[in-house]
Amino acid sequence: MKNKIGIREVVAMGIGTALFVVLTNAQIPLIFVPNTALQPRMAILAFLAAVFGPIVGAVVGLLGHALGDALFYGSVWWSWVFPEAVVGIAVGLFANKFAVKEGRFVSGRNIAMFNIVQVIANAVAWIVVAPVLDIAVYSEPANKVFVQGAFAFLGNIIIVGILGTILLIAYSKIAGRSSELKAED
Amino acid sequence: MSRLISYEKKDTPIHRLSGLSKLIFFILWCTASAFTFDTRILLIMVFMVVIIYRIARVKWRQVSAVFGAVMFFMVINLVCIFFFAPYQGCEIYGTRSDIIHLFGNYTLTYEQLFYEFNVFIKYFTVIPAIFIFLTTTNPSELASSLNGVGVPYTISYSLEIALRYIPDIQDEFRRIKNAQQARGIEMSSKGRLTNRIKNTATIIFPLLFSTMERIDVVSNAMELRGFGKKKKRTWYSKRELAPADYCTIIFIVLFFAASMVITFADGNRFYNPFV
Amino acid sequence: MEKENRPIIEFTDVSFKYRAQKDPTLKDINLRIYPGEKILIAGQSGSGKSTLAHMLNALIPCSFGGDMSGTLRVCGQEPAKLGVFGMSQIVGTVLQDTDGQFIALTVGEDLAFALENDEMPQDEMKKRVLDVAKRLELTDFLENAPGELSGGQKQRVSLGGVMACDVKILLFDEPLANLDPATGKNTIALIDEIMKKDDLTVIIIEHRLEDVLYRDVDRIVLMDDGRIVSDMAPDEMLCSDMLVKYGIREPLYISAIKAAGAVIGPQTHPQHIETMDITPYRDKIRSFYEDTAENSLSPEKNLLLSVSDLEFAYDEKRKILNNISFNIYRGEMVALVGKNGAGKSTLASLICGFNKPQKGVIMLNGENIEPLSIKERGEKIGYVMQSPNQMISKPMIMDEVGLGLISRGVPEEEVRERVSEALRVCGLYPFRNWPVSALSFGQKKRVCIASILVMNPDIIILDEPTAGQDYGHYTEIMEFIKEIRDKTGVTIIMITHDMYLMMDYTDRTLVLTDGELLLDAKPYQVLTNSEVCSRAYLKRTSLYDLSVKCGIEDPASFVKAFIDEERKKRSKIKSDSDR
Repeated sequence: MKNKIGIREVVAMGIGTALFVVLTNAQIPLIFVPNTALQPRMAILAFLAAVFGPIVGAVVGLLGHALGDALFYGSVWWSWVFPEAVVGIAVGLFANKFAVKEGRFVSGRNIAMFNIVQVIANAVAWIVVAPVLDIAVYSEPANKVFVQGAFAFLGNIIIVGILGTILLIAYSKIAGRSSELKAED
Repeated sequence: MSRLISYEKKDTPIHRLSGLSKLIFFILWCTASAFTFDTRILLIMVFMVVIIYRIARVKWRQVSAVFGAVMFFMVINLVCIFFFAPYQGCEIYGTRSDIIHLFGNYTLTYEQLFYEFNVFIKYFTVIPAIFIFLTTTNPSELASSLNGVGVPYTISYSLEIALRYIPDIQDEFRRIKNAQQARGIEMSSKGRLTNRIKNTATIIFPLLFSTMERIDVVSNAMELRGFGKKKKRTWYSKRELAPADYCTIIFIVLFFAASMVITFADGNRFYNPFV
Repeated sequence: MEKENRPIIEFTDVSFKYRAQKDPTLKDINLRIYPGEKILIAGQSGSGKSTLAHMLNALIPCSFGGDMSGTLRVCGQEPAKLGVFGMSQIVGTVLQDTDGQFIALTVGEDLAFALENDEMPQDEMKKRVLDVAKRLELTDFLENAPGELSGGQKQRVSLGGVMACDVKILLFDEPLANLDPATGKNTIALIDEIMKKDDLTVIIIEHRLEDVLYRDVDRIVLMDDGRIVSDMAPDEMLCSDMLVKYGIREPLYISAIKAAGAVIGPQTHPQHIETMDITPYRDKIRSFYEDTAENSLSPEKNLLLSVSDLEFAYDEKRKILNNISFNIYRGEMVALVGKNGAGKSTLASLICGFNKPQKGVIMLNGENIEPLSIKERGEKIGYVMQSPNQMISKPMIMDEVGLGLISRGVPEEEVRERVSEALRVCGLYPFRNWPVSALSFGQKKRVCIASILVMNPDIIILDEPTAGQDYGHYTEIMEFIKEIRDKTGVTIIMITHDMYLMMDYTDRTLVLTDGELLLDAKPYQVLTNSEVCSRAYLKRTSLYDLSVKCGIEDPASFVKAFIDEERKKRSKIKSDSDR
């Protein structure tokens, strides 16, 4: 089910991307290393992927990052765009298991699983994919990109782990209660 | 209010090109710029993009704010590269010609300068291209163009939705931020990290949930108007390709191929002036 | 009204239950609608009227699942079998939220949206779009983005988007909810014109009865608790007590005539005040007016907020606000009205400090608040956003209400006390340990107000406190706000375009138009001033017409007399129910 694209998924991709782009500027500065502030938009990406599945996660990651960078910073750092999609896909693949919309993202088991998945996904994305692309495509110094990648990894697992988890629990509580009742008012 | 780069209607040869040819040009251009480290090609690209920039009559005020931001990041990145790997250039070019010893293990070399110069001009092949693409391409054409290069129309249309709702969500974000600020919650860099995350959460929380509501409303509206029922769809704002478009596409394909051939012909992406 | 031809819509014993609910939402619906009719479906929230509408466009059962019994035929077909897409070729649905329905980047594209999905070739599509745009006077806006349009224009685009498909039935889901009164009136006129020209059947779901009745309606279908409780011609419906009984607000002139003790008969055609024959009631109305003696006690005035010569612009091109000066007195309830884009929200944002004025002074308690930050002002001037969902950021009620205090470093003990106090004042104390998500809309609104009240502000600014609410919820929210004012003496400023709200509850009205303060007067003075009403996109009250027709020389004082009577009645009902 979750891997199929229905209208709701298309809209989630579009509006999710818009939200991701808007939050490009909302950063929580961490340490003075370029590209390594805490990025609340990562929590949004993880949230959307966990609710809507891997395709939505991939598109919001790709489009959102590329568009956000282009609109706000006038440059697109492609080697950091693709890892974003990796996180979106990885988290999205487990969307059925998290059962956010069904209201079951309240059990410790699902929350733990989400966090294990997001840590692994972020590790692959920022400690492997991003630096490798940086080296392969842009010939950046290896030690620099791995340090940057490590900071991005740390920042992202913190923001997704805290903010992403809180958002998912809260949404799961609301969605599970009465998703079908909404049509009435 | 928003400092984002946006499309501005004008009548220039670049504006007259269809979105599809500009998208193909943009993608191949960026790919070429990413892969090549051949200084000659990069310089030619900088030269070309500056000319196109002039033809497209991009106004400085449209892009100045964003330009400042990207320059800031670029300088930091260049400095970082030096501090992390002062001899990256020597490794790449296989020689070492010192200019001046700075301190500790840091010596400035011609190779490093040249390598960082390449990184620097890479920025200048892409940044103006993005400016041109964003200011000359009617956003309405983007979705159909994406569809034109083979992306399924459902995904292409999500780009249209994204562009449509960015201003609305930006406005809502600002209003929520204001209202929460009046309640004493600020997204500032003061305070402990956990507090900062908490404060950010109080703004993101309502924004995300109203976004989820919006997704419901918009999907109903789209369903009621027949989106997604047929295998294909037509586009109101799609432009037929004119001869100029075909020329552009043929040119960029040839240019891309040529640049890749030249770059990789000697088995090395770098143009090496040191041997 | 008898029609010879066959019904275009026919519900026979239709019941429907949402999958997640225990009880059916629609029960035994029998309804026939004939081609060319205009039907108004009225009912409170939760009466089932939206569910009924969703059955017509097949969103039920195709998108919202559930159990349906009975038969429904639309143009001889079964919506459930045709599906949402199939039905969209027959029934055009115009949603309440024009921003949600405006999907594309420009007007032209949005008008074409359904045609694009139907794979219509581009040149044919352009012709069709141009044709629709002409009919709706949108030709000059084809390349405009939604952000550049007014609310009325956006609604015309929504309408055009469904008209492009040559539908037979137009279905409007609360079309007036987001519009200023004058634009709402124009919309109703436009619907009327289009249905006559294109020979369409129209169904309007709306609880703002008086505004819909601006043009003839064939029947009013009244719903309550999932059933159709009444299905009558408007003239008859207005004479009955059904509307009041089921929580729908009657047109004001009808209430006034009834308040005067007259019994209205259908033969006087009460559907429009302009054409109604009021001779049978004239004497009663006149004596009612003469009896309700002028007894206005003006309370002592303590200056609280003084705004002088305020000026604001985002850029050099256009001033958003110009030369704005007014005073607000302690304990007042003031309405800030004017059409969309007149500068109401900007004025509020200047007072709250979200934006800085280029010129002018804002004094609070005799003190210039210019140097205060947003946060500091927030302790004195509270701001409540339109939708509670835009403000609530904590899952638990106690945490939400205490948020402002905690962020200001107030000790925990004191926070708990003040939060409890605020919850008590707001009638939320019994729910203090509930999650916010378990509350109704009205209760959430209370939480938002409690979370501001807890900081003991001098002023609370509310943005559209009752937008989109039916009469019952409107009354609940407004009575609550009034009660808060009476209990705590806090001053209330409300941004609104609801003429009823302004009339029912405010002491004074500031009318903004194109960035200037057009009038600062009592609500009854505003609503009887034709020139101000038309310039500010307000609607002159029908009580004015009634009083003129009765030969009353001073319509304003008649309106005032009626308002005072109604307020007395309401507070009596309130105190009775409290006891």
